[in-house]
Amino acid sequence: MSEVLDRKVVADDSAKVDSDVAGRAAPEVTKGAICIDDVVKIYDPDGAAVMAVDHCSIDIPAGEICMIVGPSGCGKTTLLNAIAGFHDITSGSIHLDGELLCGPGKPEATPGSDRIVVFQNGALFPWKTNLENIAFGPLMAGKLSKSEIYDKARSMMADAGLSGTENNYPGEVSSGLRRRVEIVRALMNDPKVLLFDEPYRALDSLTKSVMHEALLEIYYRNKVTIFFITHDLEEAIFLGHRLIIMSSRPCKPKKIVDVDIPHPRDYSVLTSSRFREIMLEAKGVVHEEAQKAFDAGEKEG
Amino acid sequence: MHDTVLNTDAATSQGPEVTTMGLTMYRLSTWLKSPRPYLMFIGFAIVLGFWYLAVEVWKLPRFEDMPGLTEVFGEWFNKDPIYGLSVYTPEYYTHIGISLRRIAYAFLLATGLGVPLGLFLGWSKTFREFIFPLFEVLRPIPILAWVPLAIIIFAGSESPVVFLTFLASFFATTLNTMLGVESIDESYSRAASCLGASRWQVFRHVVIPGAMPYIFTGLQISIGVAWFSLVAGEMVSGQFGLGYLINTSYMMVEYPKIIIGMITLGIVGFASSAMVRVLGDYLMQWRVRELALGD
Repeated sequence: MSEVLDRKVVADDSAKVDSDVAGRAAPEVTKGAICIDDVVKIYDPDGAAVMAVDHCSIDIPAGEICMIVGPSGCGKTTLLNAIAGFHDITSGSIHLDGELLCGPGKPEATPGSDRIVVFQNGALFPWKTNLENIAFGPLMAGKLSKSEIYDKARSMMADAGLSGTENNYPGEVSSGLRRRVEIVRALMNDPKVLLFDEPYRALDSLTKSVMHEALLEIYYRNKVTIFFITHDLEEAIFLGHRLIIMSSRPCKPKKIVDVDIPHPRDYSVLTSSRFREIMLEAKGVVHEEAQKAFDAGEKEG
Repeated sequence: MHDTVLNTDAATSQGPEVTTMGLTMYRLSTWLKSPRPYLMFIGFAIVLGFWYLAVEVWKLPRFEDMPGLTEVFGEWFNKDPIYGLSVYTPEYYTHIGISLRRIAYAFLLATGLGVPLGLFLGWSKTFREFIFPLFEVLRPIPILAWVPLAIIIFAGSESPVVFLTFLASFFATTLNTMLGVESIDESYSRAASCLGASRWQVFRHVVIPGAMPYIFTGLQISIGVAWFSLVAGEMVSGQFGLGYLINTSYMMVEYPKIIIGMITLGIVGFASSAMVRVLGDYLMQWRVRELALGD
């Protein structure tokens, strides 16, 4: 873990706007580079075209925690859904490790276990126990035997401090614990990318801070690329290697802020002066966009 | 038991198993400790007391021809009933048995056809556009309006009754199942496909269990309307059965038998809904446990 601590990594030179700074992704992660190139998404629900994503290009190197920050309803989730394969894009392309997910000739990506979404309100199946939820992906794939899968699931639960809740249903455990189960469920499939859609939005701030540390701890053990949507700046700076601040609808990167606070981090980071400097830098931009979104009468959501 | 069930901070200390039996016993004991069973008893006492007083003591106008409480219960539990029907005569059980058999056939058929149809209606947009409008036109037709057609189409006296009973159940089950599928949060099927589930696996692991609570609400309604249309059917067609008993007793001016038939219908109807509910709880442990812990 300490190797990661203060290593400076030269950023992928194809990246649009970034600089080589401390705290960037660890080099041992080789899978999970996302390249979003000139993506446009236009919704056309009732004849009136609404542009949700406007010529958006973002490069995310493998193993980075990339925080997508923007006002509510700016179209961040649209971008996430396009990567996950929940809907199509109008133009542009998205590649994962050089492989086309969606783009010309293939407007909609196929959902797959290399990119797993952790949903805003949580999507553990309430009718399956925590253990069954965690075993779900491998069970569906059917490559391993049931007992191998359950053994792996049990040991992953133990690693994440979830022992003893295997036979509980998600509805029986606390919401913070549910989020952890959901992350473990995703990690069971060895994904390249985890896509977080404001997963901690509904949590109170104390639970949230515990969840942030837990997430980082899981990340240090299982390095994956993390695409994390939020509108909480504190959360974004605490977790991320990099903040991509999005403009209000249509969604497009407005400013990129590198968080040069070395990983591993814990909550003491929040009171550091560097944290406050980055906060100040980001806050101005975010506020401006939020104001624009407010003026445009964007609905909360 | 109390500790296990009431432990909402289940994360750490929740025992591995909350058994169905344990949960039932726990519920029974809280129920007996609450005022509910006694209020229920008072409710019954008021209605039965009014019946007794109105008919046999006060002899209110319009009530005088009604069979009284003592007369009905006297007949019901009479070893040698005046009108030939009591808990001691085999005929009584023949009526119950035949009604139950009709309900069983109709309910099982309605469930067997209605649940899959409802699941597909909810799952496939094309299928829904094709079938649902037809369904919505047929559904509001009252069961009684189907009686002549049922008698014309189906031979004998048994199948028209089963058909009528089936029909009402079928609509309730199908519609609720469809609503159940529609009620499933899209995140669940998205999450499943993210985790690599095929379309069929999503159907099997998300759509079916996700719709289950609505399906069982539908089955509760379905068994209720089944009894309703069974009696309607038995009154116009068929031999034996509780509806038939009530109708013929009216024709033959054997009034106590009407009331015996009615009360029996109430009891078997209640028992059959309770059975559906117990089955639902058994199949949806996750829901039972969630509700038991929820605050």
